[in-house]
Amino acid sequence: MKLLFERSVKGRRTYLMPKSTFPKAELPDHLKRKEAPRLPEMSEVAVARHYKELSKQAFGVTSGFYPLGSCTMKYNPRVNEAAAGLPGFTGVHPLQPKDTVKGCQEVIIQAEKLLCEITGMDNMSFQPAAGAHGEFLGLLLIKKYHEERGDFKRKRIIVPDSAHGTNPASAAMVGFTVTHVPSDSEGQVDLEALKAVLDDTVAGLMLTNPNTVGIFDRNILEITRLVHDAGGLNYYDGANLNAIMGWVRPGDMGFDVVHLNLHKTFSTPHGGGGPGSGPVGCKKILSPYLPASKLGDEEKEKSLGQVRSFYGNFLVVVRALTYILTLGKEGLPQASGMAVLNANYLMQKLKDVYPMAYDRLCMHEFVMTLEDIKKKTGVSALDVAKGLLDYGMHPPTMYFPLIVHEALMVEPTETENRETLDEAAEAFMAIYQKIQEDPESLHLSPATTPISRPDEVNAARNPVVRYSFDKQ
Amino acid sequence: MGSYLPSTKQEQKQMLEAIGLKDLKDLFTGDVPNSVLLENSVNIPEGLSEMSVRTKMENIAAKNTVFSTILRGAGAYDHYIPAIVPAVTSRDEFLTAYTPYQAEISQGVLQSIFEYQTMVCELTGMDVSNASIYDGASAAAEGVMMTLTRKRDRVCVSATAHPDVISTIKTYCWGRDIPFELLPEKDGKLDLTALDSLKEDTACVYLQQPNYYGQFEDAELAREKIHKAGAKAVLGVYPTTLGLVKSPGEMGYDIAVAEGQPLGMPLSWGGPYLGILAAKKELMRSMPGRIVGETVDAKGRRAYVLTLQAREQHIRREKASSNICSNQALCAMTASIYLAVMGPKGMEEVAQLCYDGAHYFASELCKLPGFELRYKGDFFNEFVTSCPIEPEKLEKELAKHGVLSGLPLENGVLWCATEKLDKNAIDEVVGIIREVCTK
Repeated sequence: MKLLFERSVKGRRTYLMPKSTFPKAELPDHLKRKEAPRLPEMSEVAVARHYKELSKQAFGVTSGFYPLGSCTMKYNPRVNEAAAGLPGFTGVHPLQPKDTVKGCQEVIIQAEKLLCEITGMDNMSFQPAAGAHGEFLGLLLIKKYHEERGDFKRKRIIVPDSAHGTNPASAAMVGFTVTHVPSDSEGQVDLEALKAVLDDTVAGLMLTNPNTVGIFDRNILEITRLVHDAGGLNYYDGANLNAIMGWVRPGDMGFDVVHLNLHKTFSTPHGGGGPGSGPVGCKKILSPYLPASKLGDEEKEKSLGQVRSFYGNFLVVVRALTYILTLGKEGLPQASGMAVLNANYLMQKLKDVYPMAYDRLCMHEFVMTLEDIKKKTGVSALDVAKGLLDYGMHPPTMYFPLIVHEALMVEPTETENRETLDEAAEAFMAIYQKIQEDPESLHLSPATTPISRPDEVNAARNPVVRYSFDKQ
Repeated sequence: MGSYLPSTKQEQKQMLEAIGLKDLKDLFTGDVPNSVLLENSVNIPEGLSEMSVRTKMENIAAKNTVFSTILRGAGAYDHYIPAIVPAVTSRDEFLTAYTPYQAEISQGVLQSIFEYQTMVCELTGMDVSNASIYDGASAAAEGVMMTLTRKRDRVCVSATAHPDVISTIKTYCWGRDIPFELLPEKDGKLDLTALDSLKEDTACVYLQQPNYYGQFEDAELAREKIHKAGAKAVLGVYPTTLGLVKSPGEMGYDIAVAEGQPLGMPLSWGGPYLGILAAKKELMRSMPGRIVGETVDAKGRRAYVLTLQAREQHIRREKASSNICSNQALCAMTASIYLAVMGPKGMEEVAQLCYDGAHYFASELCKLPGFELRYKGDFFNEFVTSCPIEPEKLEKELAKHGVLSGLPLENGVLWCATEKLDKNAIDEVVGIIREVCTK
């Protein structure tokens, strides 16, 4: 496909700006740029067709089954978009006087109230723009909490070895060192190992429950109690909240601070990688340190400051609020229940052929391991994922979590119907057939996509990260 | 209640049977401790139909005031959004995709990011751009973090930068336990003499062009001084200016950051916006976040992939350049479409319209008694004036006419004009201000 720049023809343009009605003012010469940016010169129709072409080579939730583990690719209801597109929301300047933004304030107040009830927290900040950004703020709250108590020796964050990479990366951004605790044979936190690393230098524990292998940690109350007894706080990574909405609350499990991914659990679209929203909820003990700006308030005395400008990705919050109001009290546990049922149903269909990392009831996602298959046939998790592309579905998450070798992590979500799950199971089975009969063919898959496997090593070794106008 | 569950009760029952269970609840009772398992969901209202929820949201939105004339900028700007921009970004294939992990079915998204990176480089005069950061302030914070070394870890920020940017950088510094220093303002600009005595451990200086007060900084001279002290120079810019104004690259800056909202995003009470982050080639491997690179597929065809991932959290974990994972991809695409239809000519025109309009506005406003420019330096489309009455009173009176006044500051009012205001609109506004102030 041609790039925008390769479609550009000197002198072509789209006419958008009005003629000036002002006397012309002259920017002083020393401030003027000498060379115009080489932006594309195109008619509107050429731009429209370009993006139409690009859209044919993109895969969204409406394109097909998207069981990308840990990402909760559920359907994004259109009514959410309608709400977020209301001019009464899009046309509001972030620094308008308070009495002119009552609607925006109501969105935040309602979303805070509902999400605090869902998570068992007391207060919430909507400033973080994504999950990792929420982790950053959540850990800053923990840091501030200990500092305010004059306890400066707590510099360690405990993270299970199954954790998402953002957890340790966020801890590092907050000046903490990371202590990993191993998982036991059932994929849960190893309690003895946890006890062994707890002392008065521990600031807190980061955990997601259900964890990244899709298993609800039965010892959760014991785990959070142990951390509290050692003087640490418990951080809940909300990446997997879609399994438990309306069934159990992080606040009741002993967590002090949570971040949510509104773009996962609360159905706001992922946008090709964002914008999301990663609000942070906390118990009262941490509330004074939250960013001050949630309603345009004056700086709170003990606030830790801001993590971005204004009030966060506001329109994403509008979408999430629309969703929660739609589902309501009965709808949330129904959604989570079906997310868990769909995962178990699909796992049941696959587990005789594809070994599961842990043989027990899963929550909203499950992890299989291709380790043995690879040893016997040379077909890797990557090969299976690429093979699935030829069946019109998005592959599962590959090679995560790190503790499972040759991992494929499948999260169907609740908005898929049984036929889709059955078809996906058939695709997996067809690939299994190929593994037995013609493993070589899988190394060459996919065969039906616009490109075959790209050379990633070359991309990293000789980085070309922008178009070069000098090529010809 | 509304629901997006396709399964019927009958299907649900059959699927439960297939895994040997009877009730949805059985999925939870085995693992969730009884003492915390909720008996009857959480305590929130019953669900609503789509029609009811839509009415409800419309009613909430109606409680906001949408001003027809906006004279306020200060970090968020009311620019014209070409009709094609939302038409493209609302396409399902872009809207509902996630990060393009599977390159074979995501070339559209990957190529659009590659095009975005290229246009950002062109606009800023830099060599490399990432795929986006959350917003301008977090991009500034991530930008300064890129410059830290073992010997140099002090971050200096001009007091003339946007307050949210200052606050955000300060938070990131406190997080990392590194020194943060605010450099003083003088006559509405950075006091350049502060750059002559930068401490030896200074990693970088952050400057904003034009600054919070709308003033052009002496950015070239500042850059020379910063480099002379052995520190990196980071410039925050307003992308609309760059159709006309010297780019950070032309002035020798190491890193350019920007709030990308003016490139096709509505005001939306502060978000979603777009953090732009670009840098010189030498800094490529310390960049945070996603970067798309060009390569070839197995058949030798041009292809795009997420690249240089050894910098990122999912590989490096606690040693990653940042924790950023999801970014503002759809906002980056928004900016790309905006820049593609505007082209070099359109960007020059919009910059000139903003410049002309603001200078006309300033000169007309300052003909009124009690209004004069607070600072004498060059400005782009924002300026601070004194105000003969309480700025908040002026704000209230203008609001009655559907006009959002300039932003009240401690020493006056920060005004802004964009291309959305023509001469008639400005004459009318100045007329209203005259009336209000002479009443």
